[in-house]
Amino acid sequence: MATPPVTSSAETSKAAPKTNRIGLQVLDYRGGKTTLCAGCGHNAISERIIDAFYEMGIQPERLMKLSGIGCSSKSPAYFMSRAHSFNSVHGRMPSIATGALLANHTMQALGVSGDGDTGSIGMGQFVHMLRRNLPIIYIIEDNGVYGLTKGQFSATADIGSKLKTGVINDLPAIDLCAMAIQLGATFVGRSFSGDKKQLLAMLKAAIAHNGTVVLDVISPCVTFNDHEGSTKSYKYMQEHEEAIAEIGFVPYFQEIDVEYDPGTTIDVKMHDGSHLRLRKLHEGFAPTDRVASVSALMAAHANDEVLTGVFYVDTAKPTFTELLNLVDEPLATLPDARVRPGKAVLEEVMQRLM
Amino acid sequence: MAAEQVARPVSSEGGPQTTIETNQQSARGNVVNDFSIQVATVNGSGSQSANLVLLRSIFRMGIPVSGKNLFPSNIAGLPTWYTIRASKDAYIARKKEIDVLIAMNPETWQEDMLSLPPGAVAIYEESANLQQLRGDVACYPVPFDKLTAAVCPEAKLRKLVKNMVYVGIAAHLLKMDMAAVEGALRKQFAKKVKAADLNWAAVQAGYEYASANFTKHDPFVLEPMNETAGKIIIDGNTAAALGCVFAGCTVAMWYPITPSSSLVEGFIDLAKRYRIEESGKSTFAVVQAEDELAAIGAVLGAGWAGARAMTATSGPGISLMAEFAGLGYYAELPGVIFDVQRTGPSTGLPTRNQQCDLLSVAFLSHGDTKHVMLIPGSVKECYEMAQTAFDLAEQLQTPVFVMSDLDLGMNNWMSEPFTYSDKPLNRGKVLSAEDLKRLGGFARYKDVDGDGVGYRTLPGTDHPLAAYFTRGTGHNEKAQYTERPDDYFNNMERLAKKFETARSLVPRPEVVQTGKAKIGVIAFGTSDFATRESRDQLRKEYRLETDYLRIRAYPFTSEIHDFIASHERVYVVEQNRDAQMLSLLKLDVKAEDVVRLRSIRHFNGLPIDARSITDDLVTQEGI
Repeated sequence: MATPPVTSSAETSKAAPKTNRIGLQVLDYRGGKTTLCAGCGHNAISERIIDAFYEMGIQPERLMKLSGIGCSSKSPAYFMSRAHSFNSVHGRMPSIATGALLANHTMQALGVSGDGDTGSIGMGQFVHMLRRNLPIIYIIEDNGVYGLTKGQFSATADIGSKLKTGVINDLPAIDLCAMAIQLGATFVGRSFSGDKKQLLAMLKAAIAHNGTVVLDVISPCVTFNDHEGSTKSYKYMQEHEEAIAEIGFVPYFQEIDVEYDPGTTIDVKMHDGSHLRLRKLHEGFAPTDRVASVSALMAAHANDEVLTGVFYVDTAKPTFTELLNLVDEPLATLPDARVRPGKAVLEEVMQRLM
Repeated sequence: MAAEQVARPVSSEGGPQTTIETNQQSARGNVVNDFSIQVATVNGSGSQSANLVLLRSIFRMGIPVSGKNLFPSNIAGLPTWYTIRASKDAYIARKKEIDVLIAMNPETWQEDMLSLPPGAVAIYEESANLQQLRGDVACYPVPFDKLTAAVCPEAKLRKLVKNMVYVGIAAHLLKMDMAAVEGALRKQFAKKVKAADLNWAAVQAGYEYASANFTKHDPFVLEPMNETAGKIIIDGNTAAALGCVFAGCTVAMWYPITPSSSLVEGFIDLAKRYRIEESGKSTFAVVQAEDELAAIGAVLGAGWAGARAMTATSGPGISLMAEFAGLGYYAELPGVIFDVQRTGPSTGLPTRNQQCDLLSVAFLSHGDTKHVMLIPGSVKECYEMAQTAFDLAEQLQTPVFVMSDLDLGMNNWMSEPFTYSDKPLNRGKVLSAEDLKRLGGFARYKDVDGDGVGYRTLPGTDHPLAAYFTRGTGHNEKAQYTERPDDYFNNMERLAKKFETARSLVPRPEVVQTGKAKIGVIAFGTSDFATRESRDQLRKEYRLETDYLRIRAYPFTSEIHDFIASHERVYVVEQNRDAQMLSLLKLDVKAEDVVRLRSIRHFNGLPIDARSITDDLVTQEGI
């Protein structure tokens, strides 16, 4: 059994416990006690994941949590203990997720990775996951450094940023969001672990989406990359975060009670019937246009802004498991009779070979 | 050593002479149904169809036959040799000596001609004048281009059709049954009637030319037998693919690599035919991966989620799978990996045969890792062991490797038809939501049954206590993270116990005991055919009796230990330089038995042949 759920004092009042639409308490979405550093951005992300799945009323047993290796990849142990979890090998979580989803395409999948796990050792599997539009929420907990090996630069570290030791990064950062948009992901956004409201809305929209969701969440490493000269610190993010749009989310099980202004707001109907409402904060914001989205990212980069928000959504593209035209039930548990042809079939094959 | 117990050889001459002397000859001095044909061509010239027609024609005449394609790692323009062996005694290993050469490749025909033993036959393009090279070979020069042009007006097809002319020439010279040839040809082209007609015309043109121009002056003839009725011809990769279809394999992820690609391609063909339901939807998913790392990752991910998943690869892919193989062992994930071995190291000779991945697969990955290997020795076992592999993988919750090779996987072999298994698929220890309700929970890695194998749940099991945390890091019985020395130690000991359980479940060896022999011979996989033939040679030519054991799996079962302990000397025959199987045996057998082991190795890229084994063994025996 996984580590026992941990309760925080806020949830343990004597009154009848608050429950979500499927009758579960937030307690039912908790995980083990975190072993990450106090103040680590990853813990805040785990909290938002708990909130999002609780608020969306997803049965924890219907989720598979997957991760690679690194501080980020340890975090699935710290949320939703009632979901099966797989902490795999460095940079190879997408292939584990691919296999698991082929085995059971009725499950939801949540992948947690880091900037090293995705942008360096895992680049090969990451890009092919994007290309396939595998139905998974893929979160990159992005702090620009390798934490578990004590603070080496990763491939998302900005050029000119400085390590604690004074080493300056002289290579350009890989923009994983721009790459994801170009290579076929169908829901791409960036957020900041410190921006509770935006991250929660984005996660709920991600749950409502069917296809590859890439969320690059800047998540400061308080131990190795939160100093002056870092571009992934809390301070830098507070000064440079620039939202491309304000995110509103109306889940399918709630009445839509607020009208929106089509002149300023883009409404996207999600796969499950939920609505994503994006109020433009930037000129030319066009989240269904790949070229415009990538171009906005490049422009922000040139201005030293860290652009956040949902950059791109495509709700029409078929997912990888849909393309495979599988039977409705999970392949994993089909009965013998449906996966083993009869004796006559073998005899027919033998006849052909004589 | 021990020379006094060994009889004098019947013939002191090795090589081709011996072969011809031991051939059973008819009254006219003919060599009937016991010789090999080699067709030397250029790859990409379309000779494969003609060669298969020759092979199948002999099969249709009821004569035991085998075919081997020795091809380059190239698409067009390099030399290729196809060897067909007809054997009334049903020997299907490669025969070292070529009796009938069909020399179609100008690049190699001089060398091909010079390598023939005296008394052989050569069929070749007239303008090559190969008769000048050898006075001791029966020569049949043929104006191939002229004959081809006459039956094939379309110039661009002539390169392909030309090959059928040699089929006709050989058919006449070897006295083949033309009805069998036509039947084989029409089967080859199936519904392509026009192509069949054109090719048949070319065969006839060759046949007529030979009958009008040649007086036979060699002993090699084919006579109908009744030894192939009811038999099938299939390659090992297709046989394994068929095994996967009937094993209920639902997920395959792979990266193309010779010589394994045709295994998954065979699975795709068969699954499309037999595993799509009336709704038009598939009960299988096949995905071409970005590399072998992703292929094995997906297999383990699918196995974790409860599917029967497989991949097929060869040596370089095995190397890439090393890290994941360790995760599969340690996190206890089922999966089936077919390793169709080829000549290494590195890129090596990618289209040549070897049994060279035994050591790397047995311990694939870092740390204390060991894996179950099944070693098929025939196409029938490729089919059967594919099914066994899925059962064992789920029963033992571990990756299982099926160690085929290029010779078995890509060549056509005669076989008894395969039998249908209606034993229920063994899905292993999986707890359902109802089980959990009854048990009130479970501990994933607890050895409840004393066999080292725990109980697992699948993602999606509808019970709040179903989930557990799968990881490659240290874990305790409850799958929780731990670095405690006792937890680590106990877990590793349990995995060792599980490997002992595997020892009792894997296929047992095939043993042929005479009860009197002091010498034992051990072989496995495709070394089996040549080893059997060699034992006959040893008996007939040297009056040397041997006992025989064919290994079919790792870990080794008790019969293997007993066999070694009960013979003075045991020769381990294998196709690699470093005696890899011998090394595995040395690790496993009692110290006092290690000295009994001797090694016979063959590693030039060509499939092993009986004569090489016989010569090596008698030399080591000091005969």
